Parts: sequence; C-alpha cells; structure tokens
Amino acid sequence: MNRVLANPIALVIGAILLLIVAGNTFAIVPETQQAVIVRFGQPERILNRYRPGERFGADGAGLAMRVPFVDRIVWIDKRIQSIDMENQQVLSSDQLRLQVDAFARYRIVDPLRMYISAQTAENVSAQLRPILASALRNELGRSPFVSLLSPERSQMMDNIQRALNRVARQYGAEIVDVRIKRADLPDGTPLESAYARMRSARQQEAQAIQAQGLKQAQIIRAEADAEAAATYAAAFNRDPEFYDFYRAMQSYRAAFLTRGTPDDPRGRTTIILSPNNDYLRQFRSQGRSGR
Amino acid sequence: MRRFFRRRAPAGAVLSDNRGPWGQGGGSDGGDSGGDGPRSPWEPSRRPARGGGADPFDDFLKKSRARFGGRLPDGGDRRYWLYGLAIVLLLWIGFTSIHRIGPQERGVVTIFGRYAWTMAPGVGFTLPAPISRVQHVNVGEIRTINIPDGDGENLILTGDQNVIDLAYSVRWNVRDPVQYLFQIRDIDDPNGTIREVAESAMRAAVSRVSLDDALGAGRAQIEQTVAQNMQQLLDDYGAGVTIQGVAINQSVPPAEVNDAFLNVSAKQQEAQSNINAARAYALQVTAQAQGEAAAFEKVYAQYRAAPEVTRRRMYYETMEAILQRVDTTIVETPGVTPYLPLPEVQRRSPNAPAANQQQGQR
Repeated sequence: MNRVLANPIALVIGAILLLIVAGNTFAIVPETQQAVIVRFGQPERILNRYRPGERFGADGAGLAMRVPFVDRIVWIDKRIQSIDMENQQVLSSDQLRLQVDAFARYRIVDPLRMYISAQTAENVSAQLRPILASALRNELGRSPFVSLLSPERSQMMDNIQRALNRVARQYGAEIVDVRIKRADLPDGTPLESAYARMRSARQQEAQAIQAQGLKQAQIIRAEADAEAAATYAAAFNRDPEFYDFYRAMQSYRAAFLTRGTPDDPRGRTTIILSPNNDYLRQFRSQGRSGR
Repeated sequence: MRRFFRRRAPAGAVLSDNRGPWGQGGGSDGGDSGGDGPRSPWEPSRRPARGGGADPFDDFLKKSRARFGGRLPDGGDRRYWLYGLAIVLLLWIGFTSIHRIGPQERGVVTIFGRYAWTMAPGVGFTLPAPISRVQHVNVGEIRTINIPDGDGENLILTGDQNVIDLAYSVRWNVRDPVQYLFQIRDIDDPNGTIREVAESAMRAAVSRVSLDDALGAGRAQIEQTVAQNMQQLLDDYGAGVTIQGVAINQSVPPAEVNDAFLNVSAKQQEAQSNINAARAYALQVTAQAQGEAAAFEKVYAQYRAAPEVTRRRMYYETMEAILQRVDTTIVETPGVTPYLPLPEVQRRSPNAPAANQQQGQR
C-alpha cells in the first residue's frame, strides 16, 4: 500500500480511472434537460420528466446514477422550444394572396416517445415544420382574407394548434402556442393594388376636405350677408322714405363723381338739365318765394 | 476556473526553481544533490527508470523537501503532496464557493443541476464548484428590443386592409430569474421569444384598428394592448419576464403612398384658409353694415329734428358737388334740346378714348 501511495504515477492513473468511472456513473441532470437512460439501445428510464405545474428545485433534476459503460444518456430539452416556419404564401378563400410567417412553441412532454419516434429534438422540429405550414394553409384557405384581420384570427390559431397537436403528440411533444408573426401582402401586384387603393382613398378624403372647406366658407359668407342685411333693414326701415332720399344722394355722388381722372377732374358725365328741374327751382322763380 | 489556473502557474515555477527563496543549495539528506540545475518536473526524464526514487516526480519531490530544510522525516514526500493538494483544494473551494452578486443581479444556485435557492445581492456562499453552480441573472436592467432592427420599413396590415409602416420598441426585464433560466430555450436570444411575441401581439393589435387610428389617435391604446397581450402570453409560457412598456416610435404611411397623405394635409390647410378668408369677409361685411346703419341713424336723428331743411340741404349739397364736376348744360326751351349740347358732347367724346390710351401706355 505504501508502495502504491509513494508512486505518484500510479496515483494519477488511479485518480483518472476513478474520475472516468465516476463520470460514467454519476450524471448531473440540469433543470433544463430531461434524460432518457438507454441500456444497449433499450430505453430504461426517464429522469427529470416534465410535469405540468411543477416547481423548480422539487425533484427530478439533480445527481443521477447509472451503470457505467452500459447505460447511455440521451438528453432532451425540457424547456419550451420554437419551430419557426419559413415565410409562406397562402391563398385565402377569396383568392387573395398573403405572405404568412408563423411560429409554434412546443415542449417535449413525453421524452420516451420522442426518443423512439424521432431521436433528437431537431428531428421533431423538422417533422413539425411542414405540418405547421400545411395546417396553416388549410386553415387560412378556408377563411376569407378579412377574417385574418379580425378577432376570428385567434379561433383560427386554435384550430391550427389543435391540428398540429394531434401530430405533435406522436412525437411526445405538446404544442404550447401557435401564432402568426406576420401576415403581409406579397410584394408586387397585391401590395401595389393596396397602395393604389390607399391613394385613391386619400384623394377622396382630400377632395371631401376641400369641398367641406368651401361649403363652410360659403355658409360663413352667406351668414354674414344675412346679418348685414338685417342690420341695414333694422336701421333703414325706420323711415323708408328718407332712406330712399338718403341713399339716392349717396348713389348720385358715387355714380357721377367717381368718373373723373386726376388729369381731368371734370369726368366724362354730361348732364343736361331742364329748367323745370327741381334744382333750378329758385333759379327759375327769380326771387319769389314758393313754387 | 481560468483565473484559478492562471494563479497557480507562477507557484509551480517557483517550486521548480531550486534557487528560490527557500533554496539552500545542496540537499542535506536527499539522495540527489541540488546542484543538478533546474529541470522542469514535467519534462520527461532522459534517465532510465531505476525504480523507487529514480523517476522525475520522485526526484522533484526530494529536491523540494530539501528546500524545506529537510527536517521532514521519511515519507514526507507524500505529505508534501497532500499539502499541495490541500492548498489547491482550499483555493478551489474559495474561488468557487464565495460569490459576489451585484446590486442588480440575482444568483440562481443549483446543486448538481437541481435548483436550490436564489441569492440576493451581496456576498453569498455555496458549496464548491462541481456541486454547486451559480448563474448570475441581471434583473434590474431594463432591456430594449427595437422592431424593426434597422431603418427598413416594417409594414403591417391594418383592420381596414391598409398598410402602415410602424417602428416600435419593447422594454422588458427579468422578474423571476429561475423561470427565466429554466423555462424557455431561446429567451435570452434577442431574436427569440420576446421579439416574436412582440411582433405577433403588435400585428394582432394593429389588425384590429383602422389606419387612421393606427396613425394617430389609437396609438396609446395599441401600445397598451400590446403590452398587456405580451405579458399575458409570456406569463402563459412561464417566461418570468415583465414587459415594462411598448412604445410606438413611428407610425407613418408607407413611403409609396406618402404623397397622397401629404396631399390630404395640404387640402386640410387649403380648406382652413378658405374658411379663414370667409371669416374675414364676414367681419368686413358686418362691420360695414353696422357702420352704414350707424351713419344712417345719426343722420336720421338730425333729419327728424328738422326734416324739410335737412332734406333740402342734403339735396343741394349733393347737386352742388356733382354739378361742379360734370359738364352741365341747361336747356330753357324744350324744342332746342337736340341741337344745343351736341358740339359740346362731341368735343369731349373723342378725347376720352385718347386719355384712356394715354393712361394705358403709362
């Protein structure tokens, strides 16, 4: 014994061997992973399996033991993972094209089944991706374009999730959520025609605004004219006969006096008065009073 | 770990140098003399193994023992190893079991992978490294996701099938570090869950409002809805994340149709200026009416005081003013009317167009 301890090489080799054995016997199962212990290719047991509503640190994760060199551990993620669908062009039931980008989130709830049917999580994603796409196409193809833009959308998502879940269960996965990330009009004609529609709608709005403005302006003018007329009427109506005279005087001044130019203040108006004109009454009466 | 090894390396160098601070020159009771010259104990020995103390480790140990004064009894080789091991272990334990948690951080402690407890800010102790592991999670920092990332357009369909270009940002932080670490795979990927959820929630919210709402009045409402929906979704996932807020930084019509939108606001301005002009006209007309009415009433008041005189005075004044400025011809006898004024009329008539022409040329 002493001899062995005194020989560091033996010590080191022993330590390394021990480490190898320990490393193959003990396994640390983190909270984020589930593990399937496989003995000679045969699944033996499952560690840290997902249970709904489970709290972290309860049991499951932690130190695990296995038979060294016989048992193999297959790690399977316990967390929620996502399947990203590629951008898809989908035809709605009213023959409108849409560029749809969706994602699904899933969790492996049955690691054993997943190991048997798909081996790796990548395989599961690869299997589910086309199914997500086809479920999406089916569901959207059944409904008109507008329903994508309405609260019905969540109903559609539920349908897709149900369809996808049916397949996912075969792989030991559970779909947590399916969601449309984007639903756009495809570039080119559909987008262009949407733009054209937006433009024409704006033109219509612009014209409506313009007409509305003109209408309001006209109303304001008319109201002002009416008010002015009322003001005039209220004042002039006190003596229509005097108004007639007063206004006539103003009118004569305006009509006859404004014709002249600065060079020729005498204007172009020629007035021929008859001696019978009232203005010449005194002229005619030669100093006698009365008419 | 890396830091630990870096610290260890110089210690090894000191030990291998037999002229170090503890060196005493030759060994007093060792089999080999210390004057052999420095040789790294890790270099393979060129001497053939002769069993026992002949291999390089033994050699090294003997020399080392000599440095400590050689007072150790036989079998001190082993004990020295144990001391070294103990120091290494102590350092290891020290470095891996004392943890400093920053004021914004939480330390999530796992023992053999299983979640144990969460450390608050300050200094905390755990079991040493392979047993315990501490993951630092920054819970205080508010992180921001900008959508879209660059300057590009982010076109979204609105409820009335129009297209809007929307740029927004989402602020979030970690609420529950344990859930944050263990629940979702791509949560700390900036293009991962939170971003996807944000895009999905925003598009769902915008698809329920009209373009005009999304452009203006409805923005605050959208921000609120998106934040709520995101929080709901992430809670359903158990993400352990709090959405602090969603801010729409820009919501404009797509560049392609921007001109049409600008035209609308131009027409709005135009309509407003039309209305303003009408208001000005209205003011003018009513003021004029009031002025004229007032003038009439003033005159009328005077007229009422002395109707006949005022009337005649006004008549004469007006006639005077007019007849001063116009050509006046008085005809006494009705029969002469056609003849008398003619030369006068004809004399003046050709002048008038000439004067007009002069004016036009000026």
